[in-house]
Amino acid sequence: MTSPILRIENLSKKYGQREVLKGVSLEVEKGDLKILIGPSGAGKSTFLHCINFLVKPDEGHVWLDNEEIHPARKRELYAYRQKVGMIFQDFNLFDHLTAFENVRIGLVKVKGIGKDAAGARAAQELERVGLKEHMQKYPSQLSGGQKQRVSIARALAMDPEVMLLDEPTSALDPELIGEVHAVIRDLGKSGMTMIMATHQIGFASSLASEIIFMEDGRILEQGTPSKIFNDPDNSRTREFCSKITDLYGER
Amino acid sequence: MPESLVAVIDAFPYLLQGSLVTLAVVAGALSFGLLVGAPLAIGQVYGGALIRRSVGLYVWFFRGIPLLVFLFLFYFGLCTALGINLSAFTVAIIVLGLISSAYQSQIIRGAIQSLPEGQLKAARALGMSDIKAIVNIIIPQALRLSIPGFSNEYSILLKDSAVTYALGVAEIMARAHFVATRTYHHFPLYFAAGLIFMILTWLGVKVLRLLEDRVRIPGYSHN
Amino acid sequence: METLLYMQTDVFPALLRGFGVSIRLIVPSALVGLAIGIIVGVLRVYGNSFVKIAADLYAGLFRGIPLVIQLFIWYFGLPYFKIFLSPFAASVLGFSLCSGAYHSEYVRGALLSIKRGQMLAAESLGFSKIGMIVSIILPQAVRRALPGAGNEIIYLIKYSSLAYMITCIELTGEGKILASNSFRFTEIFLTVGACYLLMTSVAAIILAKVENHLKIPGFEQQRT
Repeated sequence: MTSPILRIENLSKKYGQREVLKGVSLEVEKGDLKILIGPSGAGKSTFLHCINFLVKPDEGHVWLDNEEIHPARKRELYAYRQKVGMIFQDFNLFDHLTAFENVRIGLVKVKGIGKDAAGARAAQELERVGLKEHMQKYPSQLSGGQKQRVSIARALAMDPEVMLLDEPTSALDPELIGEVHAVIRDLGKSGMTMIMATHQIGFASSLASEIIFMEDGRILEQGTPSKIFNDPDNSRTREFCSKITDLYGER
Repeated sequence: MPESLVAVIDAFPYLLQGSLVTLAVVAGALSFGLLVGAPLAIGQVYGGALIRRSVGLYVWFFRGIPLLVFLFLFYFGLCTALGINLSAFTVAIIVLGLISSAYQSQIIRGAIQSLPEGQLKAARALGMSDIKAIVNIIIPQALRLSIPGFSNEYSILLKDSAVTYALGVAEIMARAHFVATRTYHHFPLYFAAGLIFMILTWLGVKVLRLLEDRVRIPGYSHN
Repeated sequence: METLLYMQTDVFPALLRGFGVSIRLIVPSALVGLAIGIIVGVLRVYGNSFVKIAADLYAGLFRGIPLVIQLFIWYFGLPYFKIFLSPFAASVLGFSLCSGAYHSEYVRGALLSIKRGQMLAAESLGFSKIGMIVSIILPQAVRRALPGAGNEIIYLIKYSSLAYMITCIELTGEGKILASNSFRFTEIFLTVGACYLLMTSVAAIILAKVENHLKIPGFEQQRT
């Protein structure tokens, strides 16, 4: 039996009186692609943000490679975040840096790699996501799909063990979603461990090792794609899946 | 040629030398103000309640009292009380710089607060410490956005620098007055001094506009 | 004990007197400056081309030349044309004209910021030109100009200290005389500074109150 690469136990978060996360636990094996689905406001995004402590959970524990992370110990936290890549809904590229510099800056400033070596690595990652010829462009000169691919390259350059993707295509025009999905698919094939929140059910079911249905700050049901989409145990899951397939006309 | 015009022409090289002093005071004050103002802005945005309140107090103090009072307070009061011997020129730079730091801190604070929250988040997600994120991600963007504010601050400092004449700094105004009291051509000389200030304002704003274009990044707008 | 007596018999009466002069400088200058600013600001937007150029020139000159120089021109320069002003009159004249130039900038900006559609809508309802200005344009323009104009008055409070440089003995001047006689520069200028802080803070509070009172949801004010 293998031990999980990432173990999350009982994450809880309150904003004022509102409980956004009500004790969520999850175990992720190496190479897993876990997909979070659920209505907006279910807590998917907060859950992902809490995993790498961009949002500080009120309660709960996280282990990476069997080592518990103590977010209060800054050095430990920074080292952990390097190993957990994050992709945001709205890309969050650094607006004052070119695509190339966006990918390089983490290597230089966080990993302390020399500029030349870091530059070579950055170029390599940008090539991997198919943006070699757009390296010198600034974020405002890139399409949404290109921006998201740069942000994936930026995360990959840090050699993460796990990637968290927070609805990576929800801010994109429909015709740009495909190019980002292709990159994520390649990542999955190369064995990257990922947790992704998405509304793209078709994409999710074709790729996921497990689908996790969240609602109201809790995991209501989790299982293989065929189980969740075709024969869910929970009536809320069924309702959501039928609604979302109607909405997106997929599958 | 009218006598008054002759007086102005004769005094012109002397006044122009004064503009070097004026520009030195302004450049010194602007730099000093940035050096103090930027950390204040960072403290006010990211600091704890105590730091935020202290910066607020600092800004309130230096924006609420006239320049002339500060000049007298520092030059005649504090320098003597503390037993340090500073030239009027140095005191002018320090006082104008301290006042400017209060204004510049608010320019930079506004710029920082106008940046999307995701910038800091993304930097943290890469494993950057908050200090690294502020130095490498926030400040380079905030300073670019602050340039129009700096340009405004330059023209205010330039005009305010004429007040340092009260301490005897040999800038444009002091020289114009010096010549005027000897030649009795007060009006034309003051007017000439005023025009030199206007030209310096125009030049400085132009230079800052060039700087802005040079560090301009596609997609960053002037406001 | 000696210090206390000195404070009571010399410092307080003198500073109080200076404070009074400062107020008498600031209040009329603020009012006249505001009046000039409104008139010039309106002319800069709605005047014919000749008026516009003249008004722009006025604003450019009086915002471009340092206020000290303007004061020197009114006090030391006008006698050149056989016009003699008292230090007080020269100060009020200088403050009003300079302040007016800045106010005109805010008024102009406020008027220009009002969208064309507002006027079209008023005209389509059958408003007269005057009626439109009074009922539609002014209420919006006042709100937009308020932060800038209010700031300008706070600046005026501080710049009123420059009257001392043309021998109008107000708060700063009284302080300078007291300090030169007693050599207590630090204490006296800190006290003088506190008086100005009081004035600027009270002005800022009043301004914030008025702004808050006139606030309309979604109607953004231009910040300066």
